[in-house]
Amino acid sequence: MIYREAGQFKTSYSADQAIFPIVQDRVVVVVAIVAAFVVPTVVADEYWLQAVLIPFLIYSLAALGLNLLTGYAGQLSLGTGGFMAVGGYAAFKLTTAFPQLNIIVVFLLAGLIAAGVGLLFGIPSLRIKGFYLAVATLAAQFFLIWLFNKVPWFTNYASSGTITAPPRSVFGVIITGPNATAEARYVTVLALVAVFALIAKNLVRGRVGRAWMAIRDRDIAAEIIGVRPMRTKLLAFGISSFYCGLAGAEYVFLYLGSAETLAFDINLSFLVLFMVIIGGLGSVLGSFLGAAFIVLVPIFLTNVPHMIGLALPVALMKQIELMVFGGLIIFFLIVEPHGLARLWQITKEKLRLWPFPH
Amino acid sequence: MASVLYAVFVGPFKDMASSPSFLIEVLLGGIATGLMYSLVALGFVLIFKASGVFNFAQGVMVLFAALTLVGLMEKGLPVPIALLVTMAVMILLAFAIERVVLRPLVNQEQIILFMATIGLNFFLEGFGEMLWGANVKRLDVGIPDRSVMLVGIQVNQLEMSAAGTAAVLVTVLAVFFQRTRIGRALRAVADDHEAALSIGIPLKTIWIIVWSVAGLVALVAGVMWGAKSGVQFSLSLIALKALPVLILGGFTSVPGAVVGGLIIGVGEKLGEVYWGPLVGGAIENWFAYVVALVFLLFRPQGLFGEKIIERV
Repeated sequence: MIYREAGQFKTSYSADQAIFPIVQDRVVVVVAIVAAFVVPTVVADEYWLQAVLIPFLIYSLAALGLNLLTGYAGQLSLGTGGFMAVGGYAAFKLTTAFPQLNIIVVFLLAGLIAAGVGLLFGIPSLRIKGFYLAVATLAAQFFLIWLFNKVPWFTNYASSGTITAPPRSVFGVIITGPNATAEARYVTVLALVAVFALIAKNLVRGRVGRAWMAIRDRDIAAEIIGVRPMRTKLLAFGISSFYCGLAGAEYVFLYLGSAETLAFDINLSFLVLFMVIIGGLGSVLGSFLGAAFIVLVPIFLTNVPHMIGLALPVALMKQIELMVFGGLIIFFLIVEPHGLARLWQITKEKLRLWPFPH
Repeated sequence: MASVLYAVFVGPFKDMASSPSFLIEVLLGGIATGLMYSLVALGFVLIFKASGVFNFAQGVMVLFAALTLVGLMEKGLPVPIALLVTMAVMILLAFAIERVVLRPLVNQEQIILFMATIGLNFFLEGFGEMLWGANVKRLDVGIPDRSVMLVGIQVNQLEMSAAGTAAVLVTVLAVFFQRTRIGRALRAVADDHEAALSIGIPLKTIWIIVWSVAGLVALVAGVMWGAKSGVQFSLSLIALKALPVLILGGFTSVPGAVVGGLIIGVGEKLGEVYWGPLVGGAIENWFAYVVALVFLLFRPQGLFGEKIIERV
């Protein structure tokens, strides 16, 4: 009854092509964004911010990046971890070399550097397709991690091989380094994610997004109707890597505090790919839902035995966690191969008709 | 600049020429490792050919088979019986995977099936470790991991017998595919699912057979790798080493898996020994991928893959 578009007449093209054409959607999105800024900073404690909300947002951004590439442009990539590492290390090098540079600018520049690297590793996609390409992107993953491990210049010759976020502030508030409060970091991450999610949403419904989807659905046909495959594919790699690089910089500076290459290994790539697939390929909302799912499930699995008063040995717990995680992924794929975003779509359809069956 | 060029393009070849027997040792080592990669890649190819599933769990299947075998042997079962029981377990696993994972996902896109096998990967990893424990186990197959001198060249006994086993296995598989009734059915399914179904080939049975054969290949690979480096979690990571072999040889070609394995094995060893020191070593993680990538740029479907014909 509440979610209904009846009576909302569109009298201009701009109203028809609005990003959220239904009033209720607009209200929900605005309320959600405001609530995301206000509620956690007031209510949530350190643990929730640090262990749930901040990683959720950063993973969402990375998943969004991969979704642009895999979900919209149809290029399967397993190199996300590598591109995130580029972002993290680039931000570290930039901010230690130019300490007076605003940290947000540093993040964006790090994203641009990651985009450049992404373009480079996207070149094989012009020739290779499908799983062959996926395996080829693994080359990026392994090579980049090896590079950051081997060349001490990237870590400023730190003997431990780790990079540590130095304290930097924006508008007089410290947002990185050991003294930054969880609230400050949370708000920074949220602001960046909100802006770039909006940009992504607009990208995919515009000319660029349409070109990506044409290439994804049938690349030869797309080429014939005038979509340039080289430009489109490389653009997808570049923009996707920008998002991943930005997420990587935030991952080091706003979440982990300090990191080594191990944080960016192949498992991270798979984790982000899981988020995209469980959330829904080719859906901006899906990236967020998938990230929420992947962040929350392990926390849930760790806490359930405690709640029902079951004391299990740590090793056994770990193994059961793995099994349940794997099982859940298979279960979700069987129940809804198009991801959580599709479930949300179905719910919306149902809501429109409710309480009538047809 | 000149010295760098010299170090990259001339130095290594001079080293090779100066001690040919060492070069032969390196090559033999490369061939042996390459064949062991082929063993893992074979499992991938079998499954991809018959069901179009890119089975990421193959590496964990190798680990699972080896863990089960060692676990049974530790329980005091004699080796032949332990082997038979492990084979039975792998076949049972094939039945379970077909029923629980593949059948509900029939007709889904390839990427969904790929993700499902990654889920399977996690599940089997936890399951195997829960059953048999996570500590490193030694697997003794009665062949010493020692080098012997053979006409002036050092050869590792274990690597050589692994290479021999791989060669036998590939021959058996080739005969099985080309000469038997089931093999013909498998090839038919690989060519065209629907056409195969329409002439009465039972798809489900074929999938079970293929996954069983892949499970048995995984067992052989598990025994060989386990004897070489101990049975432990890192065994499942050799799946990642088999991937470049796979794209190099083509996803759908059994000979491709073997030739690809040899190229990657030899290339990797040569690169590591002669060019590795130039960049500080430890390049084996990505070098194989770069080799494969270079080949792919010229043949996008791999060396022996089916020619990609695209229609709109």
